[in-house]
Amino acid sequence: MSLRLSYLAAPGNPWFSWQYVRDNSDTILAALRDHTWLTARAVLIAAVVALPLAVAAYWFRSLAGPVLAVSGVLYTIPSLALFAFLGPTLGIGAVTVLTVVVLYALLVIVRNALAGLNQVPPEVLEAAEGMGYGRWRRLFRIELPLALPGILTGLRLATVSTVALVTVGVVVGRGGLGQLIFAGFQNNFYKAEIMTGTVLCVLLALVLDLVLAGMGRLLTPWLRGRAS
Amino acid sequence: MNHFRDAVIWLNDPLNWTNPGGVLDRLGEHLTISALAVLLGCLVAWPIGLWLGHTGRGGGGVLLISNVTLAIPTLALLTILPLTFIGFGRLAVVVALAVFAVPPLLANAYTGVRQADPEARDAARGMGLSGGQLLRRVELPLAVPYLAAGFRTAAVQVVATAALASFVNGGGLGQIIRAGFGLDIAAGGGQIIAGGVLVAGLALLVEAALALVERAVTPRPLRRARRVANRRAADAVAGG
Repeated sequence: MSLRLSYLAAPGNPWFSWQYVRDNSDTILAALRDHTWLTARAVLIAAVVALPLAVAAYWFRSLAGPVLAVSGVLYTIPSLALFAFLGPTLGIGAVTVLTVVVLYALLVIVRNALAGLNQVPPEVLEAAEGMGYGRWRRLFRIELPLALPGILTGLRLATVSTVALVTVGVVVGRGGLGQLIFAGFQNNFYKAEIMTGTVLCVLLALVLDLVLAGMGRLLTPWLRGRAS
Repeated sequence: MNHFRDAVIWLNDPLNWTNPGGVLDRLGEHLTISALAVLLGCLVAWPIGLWLGHTGRGGGGVLLISNVTLAIPTLALLTILPLTFIGFGRLAVVVALAVFAVPPLLANAYTGVRQADPEARDAARGMGLSGGQLLRRVELPLAVPYLAAGFRTAAVQVVATAALASFVNGGGLGQIIRAGFGLDIAAGGGQIIAGGVLVAGLALLVEAALALVERAVTPRPLRRARRVANRRAADAVAGG
């Protein structure tokens, strides 16, 4: 009841206010920078770990089953539980957020990269073998380029879901824009602050997704003629 | 490793389970919220998905919805919805979670109907079935493995995100973790990890139970299709 009263008692509580954005531009920009930086680092680390894992699972078929099974179980575990497991050990701060977020991004990238590698047509592989390509040359010249669409899909999905997931980091005090959303909620339901955080979050995901999509177009010129 | 020992001690204290706001209360809240959210999601997503699949339109829209919801932080919906006309309380939490249940349900209902053998569809038309009859007697039964796979994905996701309801005091097992972080890590470390074990255990349990249900509701001849459906379900959710 008291909640309802305090909410009704605040008549000047618009969903968006330039006044708020102007007065708090420092805080907002710091949160946005923190969020972007966390996301970028997480996706980079995840990609660096995930690609060799995907290649290993592709080369050694017996590894593919366990890798997918472990990633499936890990993906089922709720993010808050993962924060709970790692928080007490890693402490409060960016390291915990980064670890959790990297783990989820890792799974998405491994799965999609593996799917992309498995889609390489066997005729192409046979032709490469006939031309005397060794395992490594075949990987870098044939398999990875042909798997690029799958890898990029994985990177894009991982980026978008990472942007959303970083907000859960408020539980250890480093949620980037989530910090704004949560502070707005606690600060007597300040709608402008909540909405600014949310809109920036969605926009950040959209912009990063478009950047990656653009990179994908540049990297796979042979797909451009086809309708996606 | 001190915290892990504390967690075992915390879990072994019967009062932590039976007290008001203890594990049993929170488990009840968690399951109620999740069940209502999944139910709401099904009521919205399945009719739309089946109908779109039947008419063969709106495939792009289905994909768009799943991509857009991926970008919306759960925390944002949980904090925004209580401030709208919905108001504070359980309904806001249920609606917020249902929003995240819709994409897998919708995508799988759509794909399930679309993948029905065109020859079976033609045969049914030839036998004089109307559009509604075709959907009910041919396409719907053939879509069951996909519906079950989508249900499982959605339910597991809702149970997992329901833990975040604790950010807005919405109840559920997440409250235990939040309370632990509120205590400071030195004092609450055991409770935090114990809460994590409970939340993760529940999610894995629901996943396993629904996998069995999914197998049970899939007729034997369709079981091979079920595996394909599972893979497709993962793809559909992943947007691929």
